[in-house]
Amino acid sequence: METAENQIAFKKETMKEVGRITAQFPEGMQKSALLRVLHLAQAEFGWLSVPVMDYVARLLHLNPVEVYEVATFYSMYDTKPMGKVKLEVCRTGPCMIEGAERIVKYIEYKLGIKDSETTADGVFTLKTVECLGACGYAPMLQAGEKFHEHLTEAKVDELIEQYKANPVVNYMGM
Amino acid sequence: MARKLLLENAHIEGIHTYDVYRKNGGYRSVEKALKSMSPEDVVEEVKKSGLRGRGGAGFPTGMKWGFIAKPEGVPRHLLCNADESEPGTFKDRYLMEKIPHLLIEGMIVSSFALGANHSYIYIRGEYMYVLRILETAIAEAYANGWLGKNIMGSGFNLDLSVSPGAGAYICGEETALIESLEGKRGNPRMKPPFPAVRGLWQRPTVVNNVETIAAVVPIVNEGGDAYAQIGIGRSTGTKLISAGGNINKPGVYEIEMNITVEEFIYSDTYCGGIKNGKKLKACVPGGSSVPILPHYLVSKTAAGQDRLMTYESLSDGGFATGSMLGSGGFIVYDEDQCIVRNTWNFTRFYHHESCGQCSPCREGTGWMEKVLHRLENGHGKIEDIDLLWDIQRKIEGNTICPLGDAAAWPVASAIRHFREEFAWHVKEPKACLERNYGLVADRTFETVTA
Repeated sequence: METAENQIAFKKETMKEVGRITAQFPEGMQKSALLRVLHLAQAEFGWLSVPVMDYVARLLHLNPVEVYEVATFYSMYDTKPMGKVKLEVCRTGPCMIEGAERIVKYIEYKLGIKDSETTADGVFTLKTVECLGACGYAPMLQAGEKFHEHLTEAKVDELIEQYKANPVVNYMGM
Repeated sequence: MARKLLLENAHIEGIHTYDVYRKNGGYRSVEKALKSMSPEDVVEEVKKSGLRGRGGAGFPTGMKWGFIAKPEGVPRHLLCNADESEPGTFKDRYLMEKIPHLLIEGMIVSSFALGANHSYIYIRGEYMYVLRILETAIAEAYANGWLGKNIMGSGFNLDLSVSPGAGAYICGEETALIESLEGKRGNPRMKPPFPAVRGLWQRPTVVNNVETIAAVVPIVNEGGDAYAQIGIGRSTGTKLISAGGNINKPGVYEIEMNITVEEFIYSDTYCGGIKNGKKLKACVPGGSSVPILPHYLVSKTAAGQDRLMTYESLSDGGFATGSMLGSGGFIVYDEDQCIVRNTWNFTRFYHHESCGQCSPCREGTGWMEKVLHRLENGHGKIEDIDLLWDIQRKIEGNTICPLGDAAAWPVASAIRHFREEFAWHVKEPKACLERNYGLVADRTFETVTA
């Protein structure tokens, strides 16, 4: 039986993108591509498991620990499985003033989960995050690359229906 | 009518595309610089303009450029700091999204001035959709001969790439940004050596904010002297202000640095006054890190002067009665907002974002968060206020990078100006869960002559 490790490989077009990204840095400095390649890995494999991180390490000729320490430092990387749609609600400063806590409570009530939990059907994960740079359009949440701003309960209803019907989100991939 | 130097064309349909941008005078500064100026001339114009770093610190850009080391045979780099993460700040996102070619044009001229042949824009990972807008615009710039080899036959070569972060406020600190761009954790470096001597890959490097680099375009087009004519004193030119909180018209505004804070908050040209006819309680004028000002110090300084939207006027009175222009993240609080809750919220942010290298910041931010949380929830003791003061004092100035200071200042200023409100949370532990303290009493200041 093949080990999980050997089965992990980027799709052909993703490999091309990896090539384009590493070419942006001088010879010998390909480590600089790590953050972006980890985004690609997370988009393609769902989350950054140890075998996925080991694969990225081999790809960029790094020691596995160089990948682990980066993956665990930055808040956008998930080292645990996530739902298909991550709802990341900003909770900082101006968003708090404009009712971010109310929005979080409403999503918790709608989905029956708490912050950092995933729904039983594996569709939604709720996460509260720090300032996303949308302070003038608060409250807001990010789903994949998309910013949803000026949130109200009605807008949250709409979003949840939309993602329930089609739980596809572009996660910082290609 | 206020002049706009950066966002003048931001509302033109299709301005994010090369053709429309070019038709509206785009890339003129590159033509001018590469055809008729030397790199030193460009640096000289930027020095004359008085432009100061728009990311928060306000350091003179021309002087920063002047520090770059030029050892023989070692490549130099210009990095654009697009890691905009300071709570209250969203101006760079707006600029890059609406008018991405302005940043690219600024990068070309600035790279020419510094002798950099490969420059990078480091953008926060959450702005991935903006990264895609920039990459599209960069491809257009290559296709039209503004990037690549021998630009406009000048012999100047420039490659420009965009690289994302992945969720870390600390990467807005320039040495942490460099570490991150090298594919590492965003741990700030000890200085010296400064990036101007040993930065990206140990090569001489300049890191500038998005807005700073964009401002180089009008400076080259109109000349440094013309730019310096706008504004007051050492606050030259225009500044992008991100306005949020309890105001009628949140958004990004380009101001000439000569208007009053009063005008900025209440005029319909800008914030349009406090929402729902409420009264102003407090204002954080420069992003979450800068000291909060109580209502009686917003429009007037302690000396009774009108407070202006300038570096000098916003910091008038020092930290005792002033604040800072910072990144221009302007947050307005109405009479219903709770200062203790807001301070706890900001402190939780700094605790979350501390990189963990320095004990005072790593531990201190967590302690402050806990103490503020119990005060806010009616479990505080009166000694907690002095305890907070003591912790913040021990963080400030005792860390490798300014994140420690940034975490200390909001706590210090909240206690300095709103001590009664903190004490009320202790004395009225039940009431503080049900209602807010409201406005603090006006205070008058004796004019102090130095």
